[in-house]
Amino acid sequence: MGVIGPNGAGKTTMFQLALGLLPAASGRLEVLGAPPRRGNRRIGYVPQNYTAALGEAIRCRDLVTLGLTGGRFGLRRTTPAERARVDRALERVDALAYADRRMSELSGGQQQRVAIAQAIVDDAELLLLDEPLANLDLRNQQEIVRLLGDLHRERNVTIMIVAHDLNPLLPVLTDAVYLLDAHPHHDAIGEVVQEELLTHLYGTPVGVVRTAQGDLFTRAAWRDPQR
Amino acid sequence: MTALAAVQFQSDWLQILSSPFMRHALVGGSLVAVAAGLLGYFVITRQNAFAAHALAHIGFPGATGAILVGAPVTLGLTVFCVAGGVLIGLFGRRVADREMATGTILALATALGVLFASLASANAGTTTSVLFGNLLAISRNQLMVFAVFTVAVVGTLAFLARPLVFASVDPEVAEARGVPVRALGLAFVVLLALTITMAVQVVGTLLLFALVVTPAATALRLTARPPVVAAVAVSLALGSVWGGLVLSAMVNLPPSFFIVSLAVLSWLVVLGLTGGRRQAADPPLVDAHHPHRPAGT
Repeated sequence: MGVIGPNGAGKTTMFQLALGLLPAASGRLEVLGAPPRRGNRRIGYVPQNYTAALGEAIRCRDLVTLGLTGGRFGLRRTTPAERARVDRALERVDALAYADRRMSELSGGQQQRVAIAQAIVDDAELLLLDEPLANLDLRNQQEIVRLLGDLHRERNVTIMIVAHDLNPLLPVLTDAVYLLDAHPHHDAIGEVVQEELLTHLYGTPVGVVRTAQGDLFTRAAWRDPQR
Repeated sequence: MTALAAVQFQSDWLQILSSPFMRHALVGGSLVAVAAGLLGYFVITRQNAFAAHALAHIGFPGATGAILVGAPVTLGLTVFCVAGGVLIGLFGRRVADREMATGTILALATALGVLFASLASANAGTTTSVLFGNLLAISRNQLMVFAVFTVAVVGTLAFLARPLVFASVDPEVAEARGVPVRALGLAFVVLLALTITMAVQVVGTLLLFALVVTPAATALRLTARPPVVAAVAVSLALGSVWGGLVLSAMVNLPPSFFIVSLAVLSWLVVLGLTGGRRQAADPPLVDAHHPHRPAGT
């Protein structure tokens, strides 16, 4: 499911509300059938610019392990069962090959995979991904999108994605939520990818193109008059 | 007779090493090395090096103020370092905010230190020992305080270890997972203040990095596993303190110099051995089994 809207529409704020990091000023909010609370293990979260904050000081494997045991106080070794779960998560995102390397040694696409492994290691039912494709090249974008599509099917996990560029995600998006004229909306993706709606939503001309093969694109409908 | 005449090998250095003041120095220095080595990983990952530096300076008015009112120097140092640490800790997580607050508190503290020093008409020797440390003058009472501090730091750190690593390397996700990131930050800065209170008396305000940051920085070049980093950093800090004391006994020069030099030397050696940083490229675009097709089709 896509979470779309212009800059400042409150997409990241919505995630923070769902994670219980911010209190709702008004209204009522339910996440997975319960009020939001901090530390909800049923939600996996990959923040925006996630990888930028991480440096030399952590191995991929240890970062994923923190997603499982990082909240635990006191000294205790990671159990073999926990290590096996970490391995499974790393394997699922195809990151086992570089699991023992430092985060800073990886490419952007590899870092994003490890971040997703950390979000799924505790068997989350809902994944919140904030701009997971930002700063990735076309190939990595495609691979991450395919991974997300597979995860959704295999694990029956709901994936909410904040994204500015819808195009790479259109093959896997089923629904979208957006805030229009101060009202929240939820629609099937086919209903949302309409020129009129997107133009109104983003406040700038947006075109929608459907090719003969059935592929769908959105594009900025503005042309440079000088060219 | 030149000034350099003081630098000469002392053949009785083994005897010097076994004297009571050296034993105090050895035990005190070792306690500090353990606490400082353990905290180093967090100082680096939390980008707290500047705060560590500032805390050392914030201790300065504590020490001179204590001389002014006739209180023990360690008490003055502890009070100022912990108070300064709490203040810095309260200024939030954003590095930019913290840096500004730290810089301002640092300036104020140094000004106070100068004022107290002049009011107390502390002699230059006392000021020098605060700035550069005097491991050889550590008293039995100081040792007891060091022991209590080190036990407190090690015990608390063992309890907080996992969530503190999470909150340090990955604060946004840690917070979403329910880790009390702010409270941990505050607790950490208090631990840091206690450690710096000790370290200041060993290597002094100006040379403190050699025990708090350099060993962990060296260890991080070798490994990124937090428990291993801690073990290597502690060993390096201990090695620097012990080696520094032995060399100092051999040639009768201040141990601070040798402790710092050994720490920096090991850092340089490891830096040279491990070379530049590597960053991975993605694997080749074509898959080996189907060289003419893009991977995964």
